[in-house]
Amino acid sequence: MSPTVGAIGVLDLQGGVQEHLDHLQRTGVAARPVKHAAELAGLAGLIIPGGESTCLARLLTIFGLRAAIEQAYGEGLKLWGTCAGAILLARENVGEAPFFGLIDITVNRNAFGSQLDSFQCEALAPAVAREPIPLTFIRAPKIVRIGSDVQALLQTDDYVAAAEDTRILVTVFHPELTPSLAFHRYFARKCGLSVAEADDAGLDPGWTPLSWTRFTPHA
Amino acid sequence: MAENRYFLNAQLAQMLKGGVIMDVVTVEQAQIAQEAGAVAVMALERVPADIRKQGGVARMSDPGLIKAIKETVTIPVMAKARIGHFVEAQILQALKIDYIDESEVLTPADEECHIDKTRFDIPFVCGARNLGEAARRIAEGAAMIRTKGEAGTGNVVEAVRHMRTMNREIRQLVGLPTEEIMSFAKINGIPYELALEIRKLGRLPVVNFAAGGIATPADAALMMQLGCDGVFVGSGIFKSSAPAIRARAIVKATAYFNDPEQLLAASMDLGEPMPGLDVANMPEYERLAGRGW
Repeated sequence: MSPTVGAIGVLDLQGGVQEHLDHLQRTGVAARPVKHAAELAGLAGLIIPGGESTCLARLLTIFGLRAAIEQAYGEGLKLWGTCAGAILLARENVGEAPFFGLIDITVNRNAFGSQLDSFQCEALAPAVAREPIPLTFIRAPKIVRIGSDVQALLQTDDYVAAAEDTRILVTVFHPELTPSLAFHRYFARKCGLSVAEADDAGLDPGWTPLSWTRFTPHA
Repeated sequence: MAENRYFLNAQLAQMLKGGVIMDVVTVEQAQIAQEAGAVAVMALERVPADIRKQGGVARMSDPGLIKAIKETVTIPVMAKARIGHFVEAQILQALKIDYIDESEVLTPADEECHIDKTRFDIPFVCGARNLGEAARRIAEGAAMIRTKGEAGTGNVVEAVRHMRTMNREIRQLVGLPTEEIMSFAKINGIPYELALEIRKLGRLPVVNFAAGGIATPADAALMMQLGCDGVFVGSGIFKSSAPAIRARAIVKATAYFNDPEQLLAASMDLGEPMPGLDVANMPEYERLAGRGW
């Protein structure tokens, strides 16, 4: 399968995996979880979801997925890191060693504080949607520096919340925890996949905070 | 508590899915847990195995210890309050930890009422043995549920019982004709609106972790295969002979819970597990899971 006609994978080690799969399906993109290196074959893009970056880093290393993702990236795989995923992709992390180090940004983890400082808001990311989109920040990091080959997609007073270079997208918030499909649509386009032409906020009226549960029924 | 705050709190639990939350009693243990790949730590003075051994009244840990652990790790920090002890919860919220466990492992402060968790901005996780108990805790504002199991025993049998019970009751609820829902809700002590929601979803509307007696990678994978969203390990790690190795193995087994080859690799050369306790012969008053109403 040529990379340009493939699906988007979601790294399935820990964290918001079902939430991303749900959003990708709503976007009309073929999506699948990725637990093993072999499952990277044929993917146009890979989402590294939110979860805990230390845990994800450990599992990526132990299971040989780190080298496999680096190799696939070298062969053209596009990457999107949300929250913890952004931390893992950053070239520099305040106070600790980088992991993949693939995009020239500096990230400061837990920059807002504890869970009591998690929040929702709305903001405009003009390149992604012409309308403001809802954003959910959970124990989020901040992007405190971007390199010259990196574009800010969403800039606030003192930090960058979303950025990209030609092959990597990073967001410190969680689009998969909101009704907005705009960032998934944007990433699918970045991966060369065909999605609806829309440039609105991409709010899916069928989405609820419990939509993820359809992937994990107990009965 | 505003509705969006509740969803933010439930969503933090979603970000912990597939992960292992480890009990730690010192800053050094917290570092080992984080390094091993824990998604969060539960900061406390004594693990359940010691609480069980030492007896007496078990209370909220010294906030100084919890604060020191919070300053050491970057992963979320949880701490326990006694059932019904809303002032311990107020103190833990003021400490700005990430999650409160209203826990039967501590001695209950109220034998009728749990904490009204809707009055708090901080999220709560609560234990449950069956669907009714889980639903009542969710109705009180819990943003995450865990099985109770039988903490501090290193024996997974009660956690299995509780998860199987919840799954069975959800299947029953899903299969009922509509006119029998009210009666099922009444018999099981499930708030009616929540019974409707659980029936529609075919599962709890919040993340449900395994807890109580998990001591090996195989135990963790067993609970995941039974449908848990993640795992708490209390005494099982730091009461074993090689905590760092065992912690890593349980993290691996939880992520690859459906892969026997990986589980085989994760189960090898771990040293001695924590000493186990037989639950069948345990007198009723020694069982922690019976606490909660």
